[in-house]
Amino acid sequence: MDFSFSSEAEAFRDEVRAFLAANLTEEMIEATHDGTMHIPALHQAMADRGWLAGPVPAELGGGGRSALESVILNEEMQLARAPIDAMAVTVIVAAILLEHGNDHLKRNVVPRLLDGSSLSCFGYSEPEFGSDVASAKTKAERDGDEWLINGAKMWTTMAHIADSVLLLTRTDPDVAKHKGLTFFLVPLDTPGIEIQPVPTMATERSNATFYDNVRLDDEWRVGDVNGGWAVMKTALKYERGIAGGQFPSPPVIDAAADWAHNHARPDGTKPIDDPTVREKLMRALIDVEVCRGFAYHCADLANEGVMFGVEGSMTKLFASETYKRHCRDFHDMMGAEGLLTHESPDAHLGGRIEENLRHSPVTAIYGGTSEINRNVVAEGHLGMPRAR
Amino acid sequence: MQTRLTEDELVVQDAFGTFFANESPSAVVREAEQSGGFSPNLWAGLVAMGGPGMALPGSLGGGDATLCDLAVVADTYGANLAPVPLIEHAVAARLLATIGGHDELVGALANGTPVATMALRAPVDGVTRFVPAGAVADVVLAHTDDGIVLSRSTPPSEALPNTGGLPLAHRSLDGDIVSTDHATWDRAVDEWRALTAAAYVGLGRRVIAMGVEYSRERIQFGVPIGTFQALQQGYADASTRVEGAHLLAHRAAWALEAERADASRLAGMALLFAAEAARFAADRSMQYHGGYGFSEEYDVQLYHRRATAWILQLGDPSVEYARLADAEFGPRADGEAA
Ligand SMILES: Cc1cc2nc3c(=O)[nH]c(=O)nc-3n(C[C@H](O)[C@H](O)[C@H](O)COP(=O)(O)OP(=O)(O)OC[C@H]3O[C@@H](n4cnc5c(N)ncnc54)[C@H](O)[C@@H]3O)c2cc1C
Repeated sequence: MDFSFSSEAEAFRDEVRAFLAANLTEEMIEATHDGTMHIPALHQAMADRGWLAGPVPAELGGGGRSALESVILNEEMQLARAPIDAMAVTVIVAAILLEHGNDHLKRNVVPRLLDGSSLSCFGYSEPEFGSDVASAKTKAERDGDEWLINGAKMWTTMAHIADSVLLLTRTDPDVAKHKGLTFFLVPLDTPGIEIQPVPTMATERSNATFYDNVRLDDEWRVGDVNGGWAVMKTALKYERGIAGGQFPSPPVIDAAADWAHNHARPDGTKPIDDPTVREKLMRALIDVEVCRGFAYHCADLANEGVMFGVEGSMTKLFASETYKRHCRDFHDMMGAEGLLTHESPDAHLGGRIEENLRHSPVTAIYGGTSEINRNVVAEGHLGMPRAR
Repeated sequence: MQTRLTEDELVVQDAFGTFFANESPSAVVREAEQSGGFSPNLWAGLVAMGGPGMALPGSLGGGDATLCDLAVVADTYGANLAPVPLIEHAVAARLLATIGGHDELVGALANGTPVATMALRAPVDGVTRFVPAGAVADVVLAHTDDGIVLSRSTPPSEALPNTGGLPLAHRSLDGDIVSTDHATWDRAVDEWRALTAAAYVGLGRRVIAMGVEYSRERIQFGVPIGTFQALQQGYADASTRVEGAHLLAHRAAWALEAERADASRLAGMALLFAAEAARFAADRSMQYHGGYGFSEEYDVQLYHRRATAWILQLGDPSVEYARLADAEFGPRADGEAA
């Protein structure tokens, strides 16, 4: 095996680091405390460099950057605490449209997603169906040349700032659940759409979205009628393996090491001199290296054109479950001081660890829960029988 | 970047995977346990395969293979719990080749006779305790404050009875300092760490595969137990950790081979993570075998005991964490370096 980066990849990493040092400010990160995990100025600056188009294959009109460079971009952004949510979703939607979309979507929508002028979001989950997303019942019916959409989606994160939603709908209720699904890219200013905020226990907000007799031309359909599951597979592939959050822990570990070095406990000792704290820090750093291995492996498979469903699930499962443990360990380490939230002027590093602690549970839930990802590994990797 | 085995590595994997599968079935492992944890027959077969000397310089009679190749072999070795001191011997021989001036001995080691090993503990009063393969090696390399000692003596006829059925023994050192380059020694121990990590991956994968196989055959409540999601979730977790360990172990071997600055850090990390992943896998597999897994008859217990044992030859894992922490964060304020 060979884990070295090409000189181009190394140069790209340097470029990303320099870019983030120059363009990402504490004020920008601070502004995401309104609950919207998106920094418009940063997004635009990245688009201007062609970085949004980067991961999209060149033959489809994208930047043709290797999957490895996409992982590097992701990794460096997460290390620098830049939110990746809206950017990742928008880029994934663009990639899906290029793989499954028609000329209209490729010509009129994709360029705007990639030049920074338009954001998209995912509308898969519903009030009644999350893990069992293939049972989605938001209905799309033919009405002459048009489609008529009715239903409700839950957890349509970023819908309140996005221009479109990639919507999973039911077009045939009479066949096996996976076979009656169709995707649409729905402009969010279409009449009949309502967006309501869903606050969470963490800083971030999400949305519930409602579709009441929403009329769409067929040109907004993505992929074949009743061919939605193939589109879904493409989406999950990108989300779990390459564009997802494989590196949520490093900023937490940095903060923990800072605390451990610079704060005395009530008994006067420093956490960094406590062997149990040192072991927890080392274990966390080891987990980060394992995440690196997984992330680079998924990118390597993607570069080879290999479908990496199982590996993406392993990556997502491992990164989120260990991140939860790291947050717990280091929040504990700080004792009562760790309870202070971002609003408190005394909170260490703006309450970074506390904030991550509250955020961390969702990483094992969204984008496929840990249980669902274990099912994928058991069936896809170990060949165990289907259990759902 | 190539995070899958290369064509050449696949050839190595195939050759040694087949060899160990044929020549080191559990009957051989069990028999060796009764005789000190070593199978002379298996060693002879491995010598015929060129295993012990494969990663030694060609000029000294070796096969010029890389540490990455050796890691691939270590994986197949771990999968079959091969009762031969392949890792210790290969690392000790490489160390001696690096030190230089022992061409004749290194050439002999390339051919598997005598057997060599390295003492992972510093000697006290001329005795180094718990030497891996100490019950079978004539050549023992050890590390003292003064340098690396090369000791040649007849191994004791019996191994210390131990959890893993390993050929462990205490050895008196009787020899000369052959090098004062302490970094060379540290590097050799890092090679042992990376290769043992790879062996742990083989062990972990195999113990999961055995359990999955059993879960197809064992029927309870009228269905194969593999249909129960509790088993599936546990095996999926174990498998995820073992695959993560696989990527880390091979990255460590690659980093050592390429002499990268982070090689030692990665080797230490790989061993700790792989040992824990394999232990977790063995624990899940034993649990999901039910009572039979606990019986002597089933092979899962052989894996469970070795998963526990291998890393302890180096010492308490907490001390390994502490060692890495010292390198990462500097020593503790009370000056007690690990
Ligand atoms: C903050 C946030 C943001 C989100 N953003 C988006 C978004 O932008 N777009 C979008 O479409 N969705 C989004 N989601 C939705 C997310 O993908 C779902 O929450 C997730 O898929 C789980 O579905 P659920 O919440 O309905 O839980 P359920 O599916 O009801 O699961 C409940 C529990 O049952 C377990 N379970 C379910 N099925 C199985 C099974 N077969 N085997 C074992 N255990 C099982 C689950 O693992 C879980 O523990 C978001 C969610 C949150 C919380």
